[in-house]
Amino acid sequence: MSNLKRLNVNPCKMCMPIGAAIAFKGIEESMLLMHGSQGCSTYMRRHMSTHYEEPIDIASSSIDEEGTVYGGEENLRQGLKNLIKLYSPKVIGVVTTCLAETIGEDINRIVVDFKKKNDVKDISIITVSTPGYGGSQFEGYYLTLRKIIEQLAESSGYKSSKVNVIAASLSPAEIREIKKILDLFDLEYTMLPDISRTLAVPFTEDYSKIPPGGTTVSEIKKMGDADFTIEFGDLVDSSLSTAVYLKNEFEIPAYRLPIPIGLKNTDKFINILAEISGKKIPQSLKEERGRLIDTMIDSHKYNGEGRAAIFGDPEMIYAVSSICQENGIDPVIMATGTDLDIFEKKLKELTAETRVNNLIFSDTDFEEIRNYVNEYDINIMIGNSDGAFIEEKDGVPLIRVGFPIHDRVGASRQQNIGYQGSNNFLDQITNQLLALKHNNYRKDLYKEYYQSNNDKKTSQKPEELKVGEK
Amino acid sequence: MKSPKSNEALAERKDFIMTKGDNKGNIKCDQHSLAGAVSQRACVYSGARVVLNPVKDAYHLVHGPIGCASYTWDIRGSLTSGADFFRSSFSTDLREKDIVFGGEAKLEIVIEELMEKEQYKPEVIFIYSTCVVGVIGDDLKAVARKAEEKYGVRVIPVESSGFAGTKSKGYKAACEALLNLMSDFKAESNRVDSNKKAADRKNKIKEISDRSEDYTGMNTKEKIRVLQKKLRYINSLQTGKAIDDFKNKKIKEQVEKGKYRKKINLLGDYNLAAEGWIIENYLNEVGIELVARFTGDSSIKDIRRAPTAELNIVQCAGSMKYLAKRMQQEFGIPFLEISFLGLQDSLDSLRKIARFLDDQIIINKVEKLIARRLPDTEAKLKIYKNYLAGKKAAIYVGGAFKAISLVKQFNDLGIKTVMVGTQNGKESDYEELKELTDSGTIILDDANPSELEVFMREKGADVLVGGVKDRALAYKMGIAFFDHNHERKHPLVGFEGVVNLAQELDLTINSPIWKAIRSGIDE
Repeated sequence: MSNLKRLNVNPCKMCMPIGAAIAFKGIEESMLLMHGSQGCSTYMRRHMSTHYEEPIDIASSSIDEEGTVYGGEENLRQGLKNLIKLYSPKVIGVVTTCLAETIGEDINRIVVDFKKKNDVKDISIITVSTPGYGGSQFEGYYLTLRKIIEQLAESSGYKSSKVNVIAASLSPAEIREIKKILDLFDLEYTMLPDISRTLAVPFTEDYSKIPPGGTTVSEIKKMGDADFTIEFGDLVDSSLSTAVYLKNEFEIPAYRLPIPIGLKNTDKFINILAEISGKKIPQSLKEERGRLIDTMIDSHKYNGEGRAAIFGDPEMIYAVSSICQENGIDPVIMATGTDLDIFEKKLKELTAETRVNNLIFSDTDFEEIRNYVNEYDINIMIGNSDGAFIEEKDGVPLIRVGFPIHDRVGASRQQNIGYQGSNNFLDQITNQLLALKHNNYRKDLYKEYYQSNNDKKTSQKPEELKVGEK
Repeated sequence: MKSPKSNEALAERKDFIMTKGDNKGNIKCDQHSLAGAVSQRACVYSGARVVLNPVKDAYHLVHGPIGCASYTWDIRGSLTSGADFFRSSFSTDLREKDIVFGGEAKLEIVIEELMEKEQYKPEVIFIYSTCVVGVIGDDLKAVARKAEEKYGVRVIPVESSGFAGTKSKGYKAACEALLNLMSDFKAESNRVDSNKKAADRKNKIKEISDRSEDYTGMNTKEKIRVLQKKLRYINSLQTGKAIDDFKNKKIKEQVEKGKYRKKINLLGDYNLAAEGWIIENYLNEVGIELVARFTGDSSIKDIRRAPTAELNIVQCAGSMKYLAKRMQQEFGIPFLEISFLGLQDSLDSLRKIARFLDDQIIINKVEKLIARRLPDTEAKLKIYKNYLAGKKAAIYVGGAFKAISLVKQFNDLGIKTVMVGTQNGKESDYEELKELTDSGTIILDDANPSELEVFMREKGADVLVGGVKDRALAYKMGIAFFDHNHERKHPLVGFEGVVNLAQELDLTINSPIWKAIRSGIDE
């Protein structure tokens, strides 16, 4: 469905640099420096800090008026120096913003020059061009992963037995779950990025301002030697795909998969692990799978009444729509603010067999989503907390998944993937539908069959009819 | 791994940090942030957005790429009693090609969409400029003028390109936009004046000029006085005095009709968690009506008639003193700096307002209000003081007026302020903080997380007061946290506010979790 409006009302997307920030948070001992105006880093820190409930330190080169007119090179150089002094990072991501791109800053040249003139050989400085107007957080995230690999991965000439795992933007708990599953197959792997510890830091009395954990530079360097790459990014353009790059550059076979939410998507992931590891599927996973199927059967009649609006990151929408579709919850509206051509095609394929007329939007906003939520009798929304606006205004319940979640705790502990996570996630959706049913069926039936008849009999409304009404 | 270096402040930052009692000069402040230092500050746009956005029935259109609109959508807790257009984030969502070819065309199309779609009925559109717009040179003024002519509504550009200064500059940009809106009043009163009275006035002037005076029995001095008087009167008819007359007559009419004795404006309150309403309730109770609130729960109509008020009271001086000064210049409205954060400040402010208005009934009513509310509030505070005395607090907030009121309140509660800093404080603010704090207190401007961490640890703070970004830092350090941000969901002003403050401090500082997390497994 094309979007003819130009005015954006209540954005269903963020900008590229925040995608870059999330990606860099999964690299060990790393800091991010945003080349641009001071506000960008502050806004994004706030956005990420409320979601992950962690301190998020992001530096800015604080370009001022002078820098805008005469170039921000000096700001960037000074920013790098101060950042190194304050944080002693091993990796620095230098990313651009709207401002830096518009005034034509060449960060690659500036960084090359900086490396020449300063003793920073122990620090990997990675540059990524992420103009805010160039795309959404979705592109920013995948582009950053690819740039990290392009600038660090090498081939030693010897193949390793390792698997590269390119993670989607998931929660730290979900990354831990993927690692747990990989361990069940005794696979050696490199997870990129690995936010499982960095954005969910266990409390200790000894706070360190660069959080522990993350993918190490030495691991990343060896990703060119890997045996396989699994990338959770089925909708990602090949120009942004790290798996495609590793395949083209180092001839590493690539499996590009949707996020393993739901039976079908998790099966795909598990089958590939069995294939590449040459191992049988472990009994524990088989049992988890059996329990998920059991739940699907137990809940199918409740789920069958679901009419869902699903929004947020394209990759997350695809996975959530998939679990909805296979459980009989109609994914009536699937909408992303990201401008992505393949989105409609992929989701059409996914929902080819559903009876409802699915509405698929890319490059949309929450005003449009809200209009359709009301027009199409949606009874459940699944997406990030920006949907809370519709929940508040129109009373349609929202299951919060994805990024950002500002108004509830536990975003970093959400675990919706694999058989077990899918099972929990499905229960959440089903229980919301059940709550709707139980809270309303008495009232609804009373209204429809008793009250309407009584209204006909007498024009005067009896007093007790007001009981239980809104 | 902590680097030894990381515990030292950057050399360039040293002048922005001082210890009370050390005999060095003034703190450095009000400067552009240091690159790479992880400043907690935002940008010009952010300043403009927070000050202007609560105008509830205006359309706030962000002209720029999507990020600026996305990160500021409905993030602040300003409450509204009516329209809530301000809770939606409108943006031109500029893309690559708009940057290359200029964004004016898209801005025009977007305004057209706003004007022509049924669901919107803008009376006023504020267009916020962002970084990119400042660089590619879109002429917002020209587009706004064109749109005003075409649609007959007010379209007001806000000069808020992010890089072009600090947040304070954004406050000013917002104040300018508000003044722009208020200029409608001037235009309106001029129009009314000229339509209805132009002819009258002309005749009157002619009559007075032509009238020959009777100087019989006067000496020269007396003759001159009569002539001067005559000239002054003619002058007043010809110039702005007519506006004042119009204004005064209006006020008189309204005051006579209603129960209120005086009409004033409230500046620098954003009605976070009903704070503006609380202040308004106090004022109403003592016989004062609010004409306009700047800008919490404000409407276009209120702002347009704000010039009819006889006094401006300024709560958050950092953001709105500029507007107060400008309104004094433009409309001759005097202003008072007040603060309803903290008990003593609230009492002082009520009395100060009453005294200024010089109305005995209001003065009496203020004392009645205080007598009614004070004992209960003091009794509640006494209970909390038992739980809080002796604790140590660190403060890092955006505006200095918040920091100052917090230190005062902490002093009252027996809490020692061991560190206090602001993002946007001015030299005089830091002087006041120095006065209020004990020797050894760290005072800092535009601090970063590393500095906050070091000083909180060094000073053994029990609680950090700050914004959203600082919360996670405090928690990660195992320190209590008090939310003094624009998302707060309970009011901190007036009698109820001081109790809420003490209650939240007690809740976080004395939570059983601090004991629980430090017991248990042996390592």
